[in-house]
Amino acid sequence: MVLKTETFILNAGPQHPSTHGVFRMRFTLDGEVIQDVEPVFGYLHRGIEKLAEGLTYPQDIVFTDRLDYLASMTNNQAYVVAVEKLAGIEVPERAEYLRVIMAELMRISSHLMAVGFLLNDIGAFLTPLLYMYREREKILDLYDMVCGQRLTYNYMRIGGVSQDIPEEFLPALQRLIDSLPRFIKEYEQLLEFNEILLMRTKNVGTLSKEAAINFSAAGPVLRGSGVKWDIRKADPYSVYNRFNFEVPVGVKGDVYDRYRVRIEEMHQSINIIKQAVAQLPQGEIMAKVSRVLKPAKGEAYGHIEGPKGELGFYIVSDGSANPYRLHIRPPSLINLTALRELVIGTKIADAMAIFGSIDICVGEVDR
Amino acid sequence: MKFKNYGEGIAKGMFITMKNAIRHPITTQYPEQRLNISRRTRGNQLVWDKEKCISCSMCARACPVNCITMVTSRDENKKLKMDKMDFDAGICISCGLCVEACPQTCLFMSVDYEKARYSRKDFKLTKEDITMTEKSKPSGYYSPENEAKLPTQTLLINRK
Amino acid sequence: MMSIFGRSVLPPAVHPAMLAPDWPSGFWSHLIIFIVILFVFYIFMAMAFIYFERRVISRFQIRIGPNRIGPFGLLQPVADVIKILIKEDIVPNNVDKWIYLLAPAVAVVPSILIFAVIPFQNGASLIDLNIGILYVVAISSISVVGLVMAGWSSNNKYSLISAMRVIAQVVSYEIPMALAIIGVVVFSGTLSMNGIVQAQTVPYILLQPLGFVIYFLASMAEINRTPFDLLEAEGEIVAGFNIEYSGFKFALFYLTEYAEAIGVSTIITTIYLAGWKGPFLPPAFGIVWFLIKVFAVFALIIWVRATLPRLRIDQVMGFAWKCLLPLSLINLLITGAQVVFWPNLSQWVIVGVNFVLAGLLIALWSRFFKLTGDKVEV
Repeated sequence: MVLKTETFILNAGPQHPSTHGVFRMRFTLDGEVIQDVEPVFGYLHRGIEKLAEGLTYPQDIVFTDRLDYLASMTNNQAYVVAVEKLAGIEVPERAEYLRVIMAELMRISSHLMAVGFLLNDIGAFLTPLLYMYREREKILDLYDMVCGQRLTYNYMRIGGVSQDIPEEFLPALQRLIDSLPRFIKEYEQLLEFNEILLMRTKNVGTLSKEAAINFSAAGPVLRGSGVKWDIRKADPYSVYNRFNFEVPVGVKGDVYDRYRVRIEEMHQSINIIKQAVAQLPQGEIMAKVSRVLKPAKGEAYGHIEGPKGELGFYIVSDGSANPYRLHIRPPSLINLTALRELVIGTKIADAMAIFGSIDICVGEVDR
Repeated sequence: MKFKNYGEGIAKGMFITMKNAIRHPITTQYPEQRLNISRRTRGNQLVWDKEKCISCSMCARACPVNCITMVTSRDENKKLKMDKMDFDAGICISCGLCVEACPQTCLFMSVDYEKARYSRKDFKLTKEDITMTEKSKPSGYYSPENEAKLPTQTLLINRK
Repeated sequence: MMSIFGRSVLPPAVHPAMLAPDWPSGFWSHLIIFIVILFVFYIFMAMAFIYFERRVISRFQIRIGPNRIGPFGLLQPVADVIKILIKEDIVPNNVDKWIYLLAPAVAVVPSILIFAVIPFQNGASLIDLNIGILYVVAISSISVVGLVMAGWSSNNKYSLISAMRVIAQVVSYEIPMALAIIGVVVFSGTLSMNGIVQAQTVPYILLQPLGFVIYFLASMAEINRTPFDLLEAEGEIVAGFNIEYSGFKFALFYLTEYAEAIGVSTIITTIYLAGWKGPFLPPAFGIVWFLIKVFAVFALIIWVRATLPRLRIDQVMGFAWKCLLPLSLINLLITGAQVVFWPNLSQWVIVGVNFVLAGLLIALWSRFFKLTGDKVEV
């Protein structure tokens, strides 16, 4: 006698504690094993690309803050790099170094949050998350000191940065980067050899090298699978070719490797900040740009290495003060195309761990 | 023969949790203890210096969300004067572009952050509400002389 | 009756059908007054545990817990109880009505019944059954029926998944729990709870370290605490079987969770940590040592909860059947061998030998078994 079973559809709906934001996944389950998944998104669509056509170039910086709201500095930097490429503007040295310092601090903060929320989804009841948040508070205090806000900074301008750093910034930054490696090592120890974490994350959600390149993944998802590709080394923008730092690469491409890649990237960011502070020159912080910017007709694509992957802006200009078309390449959405292949065949608990390790932000997925 | 997986990682993790349990907690009990906010903070109140204003409407043009509504007209000496200036604090996104755009530096953001109100109508402010008096607290965003008057920010990195 | 190491164990202080010699006017007044005391103790300890857990977990997370309501936040559980009781009691349309309404009751009652046999002092228990520990094992398995009733009748796929997980987990962990208890009974020679406490000149946690570890892990799996709390895992199945419950019925489920935690702590204290015995205090104050030990065991449970992530369901089952069950059988074998072949050895030698054997077994077992499940072909 054959046992008759039936599959059923479970809706990990838009309101759920572990999908980071409003993101919906429809699972087709057979017992605990997932047969199929259908992601549904668009719940946070605000029409940023269309709204940007009605505003001038400096006013659009405000909207780019709200794309990936957990890593606003790198969003600003991507847009500003694209516009400077289009209009052919040179940025002074001090502004470039300040941009690098802010972007690397942003990378540390975003990775702290990504790792903390991954551990929260696996089940460690907020304790590692609150430890990570404590370190992130120190970074947000520094940002508050420079530009006045903690989440949507609006700090970079076309041709430089908007304000210079006050004099208590550099001593506070020095104390932070002296104390941060010790904390990161402590959190590594909390969970590196923990048998339960190893059982939950090793060999779970393995993405092979060829599959990662075929899905056009970027960021820690690509580097965790063994491909050594980082835009800061492959196509350097700003002054990144003056620092020496390494690019950490995983071996197998499972959840554990991506987690390790993020922690190693935090150490490398601290390295870059130390070198940037040592080489910081005096000078102007903004180039001479006309108040109403009207670049020549043409198009440009500017991309940077954000914490979640490659963030790119494609701008088409028709000679007026507003852009004709502004298109955003969101790293979270393009990394999510690998979700279906990774999740089929695993259990529900693993699906949440895999989803947390891809590290999306819904503001970017939906724009 | 090498032994692994016998619970050593779990023991290390529990030791670190215990070490953190003995630290001083970092909570600030809000209404009784308040920390000093940043000197360059961007709140969503504006502070407007009436004497220096020349009614050029650069701030209304720079705002990305159109929260400043200005109506100006020319008076008998062909100079601009202000008829109406409405500021909707519910729409304002605290970006600070208006402060940057003002050529006379007569617009500032405010340091006061306890500005919750009970209904949406109370967010629409007229020019009398945002005029600068002795009690209004302008912040140091884009204005170094205001920044020098405010107390320094409390930083978490300085607290143990 | 004689216990294993030649020391005599006093007969139980109360025969099940007779009164204790110092209670006036009969059996019924003893019963009724003690039942009232037990209820007060139960409610008070549940509120104290809720408060204790929230404050201690906050310290592990470097923050202050609730401290606004009452001095030091001591009235916080009272506020919680009032809030839950005045919430609206929603019954969805398509539920299986009688099973839905009866499920909280079936879940709560067994967790209160455990307190009937626990000795708070020498002879001070509601009834000192001479099969005490067997009664505890039997009663505590009933409350899983209530959880499954809740999960099935809610007409909700998340609850159904949770109900299936509950059955699998609780039934699998009963067996190592019972086998660890048999190890204790072999040493003490009696099944009655008061007798077990009185037979412990050296606490059994030292005499049977492997048994203590097995019993601790198995009982954490029974009461659904981290790392085995995948039934109410917030990340995946959003509160499991109590999704559709609100108001007073939800309060009963919440109370069950804490009542089972109290029950497990008191049982571990009685069996392994020598219950009400302790130095420096006269025997009339045994309850002070009892409470201190109960809170210490609960603090250990909270410490584990604050640190560890949770396991997946197939890893939980693998852990029970492949790891805990053989180890508990070997523990029983070693205990039996020590009792039969070397009954006159000094107790401290047995302590040393048992610790060495426990360490060796755990290291050996960890090397030779594999827990992970692989990807299933679809």
